Amino acid sequence: MNFNATFLGQSISFLFFLWFCRKYVWPLFSAILEERKKRIADGLEAAARAEKDLELAQHRSTEQLKEAKTSAASIIDQANKRAAQIVDEAKVQAREEGQRIITGAHAEIEQDVNRAKEVLRAQVSAIAIAGAERILEGAIDRAANEEMLSKLAAEL
Amino acid sequence: MAELAEAGHAVAELTVQEYITHHLSYLTFGQVDGHWGIAHTPEEATEMGFWAVHVDTLGWSVFLGFGFLLFFRWVGKNASIDKPTGVQNFVEMVVEFVDARVSEGFTHKNDLIGPLCLTLFFWILLMNTMDLVPVDWITKLFEISAATFFNFEHAPFKIVPTTDPNITMGLSVSVFFMIIYYSIKNKGLGGFLKELAFHPFGKWMLPFNLIIEVPTLFAKPISLGLRLFGNLYAGELLFLLIASMLGFWQLPAHFVWAVFHLLVIPLQAFVFMMLTIVYLNQAHDKEAH
Repeated sequence: MNFNATFLGQSISFLFFLWFCRKYVWPLFSAILEERKKRIADGLEAAARAEKDLELAQHRSTEQLKEAKTSAASIIDQANKRAAQIVDEAKVQAREEGQRIITGAHAEIEQDVNRAKEVLRAQVSAIAIAGAERILEGAIDRAANEEMLSKLAAEL
Repeated sequence: MAELAEAGHAVAELTVQEYITHHLSYLTFGQVDGHWGIAHTPEEATEMGFWAVHVDTLGWSVFLGFGFLLFFRWVGKNASIDKPTGVQNFVEMVVEFVDARVSEGFTHKNDLIGPLCLTLFFWILLMNTMDLVPVDWITKLFEISAATFFNFEHAPFKIVPTTDPNITMGLSVSVFFMIIYYSIKNKGLGGFLKELAFHPFGKWMLPFNLIIEVPTLFAKPISLGLRLFGNLYAGELLFLLIASMLGFWQLPAHFVWAVFHLLVIPLQAFVFMMLTIVYLNQAHDKEAH
């Protein structure tokens, strides 16, 4: 068990290895581990952010859906109102048109009645005159009868 | 081939004691009889004195250190942040494990502690793991090669660096110097000395304090280095005993001991790292404790 310069040799190699490890080995791994830690932290943070975003988006979508429902309901309401209005207007127009047609028809009927009365009046007076002529056989004052007959015709 | 067989034969004739002594010797490079060379006997190795180097343990130590650092660097260079593959996962696991221990145990700010603990932990882990390589595989291969190609009989070759106290003390004393450096840097020389002299009993008990605190300070590197050495040395020794004395029964015995040792290997690397963290944390503590 000799104590000798192996001791010095070992000490020197130890210091050399220590220097080598500190300069060329340790930094590589501490950098890798640091970088990986950072990436994991970033990843977790991104995941948390995405979750929050998702929540926000869901919230917004429900809100939009609600809004859409409300506006759809109001549109339908308006449409219904408009439809009722149109129907009402059509009813009024139809009634007016009907009234007008009826009025026209009434006027036409009256005209026809008057025309028929005129014709009848003329025919009645002719019949009466003919009848009277037949009865009296020409002895009657034509002027006086005429006047009486037209009075008669006006009364018809 | 004849030479190979002869070398094998010569080895087979070793007694148990010779076998174990051989396995516990180092391949030592130093100055023998005025010129540099490899020691051929344990006695020659002892004669070389301090200016000699255990080529085997230091060689494996440096090889494993380079091996794992270059491997880690290669993995780190080719790493992908999004799709880590198997090897990258393993290395990241090791780095994160060490980093977690550092952030638990080290309450101050110092960028050196992470790499320091990674180097210590994984390097010691690898050096300890060499203990699981069957005791004769590489050693015998080396011995036969040396005998065949260099006429060097009974060449020793230890492959577990942490069974060499020079290696473990080399680590722990380096850590010790860091403790002293950071103590003085953070507390000032006065603060550091004050901690030794006025603790734990106040200034009127100064000599007594020194008697307590100075050995405590020096016990740190010694216990750190010898704990690791002792555990691994004992493990290695038991493997050698099993290999040399049990005949064919060594196969199950090796397995059982290897399973126990499988716990010791990472545990000792872990303990070394944790104590380093604790000691250096104390060195950064501003208030006396």
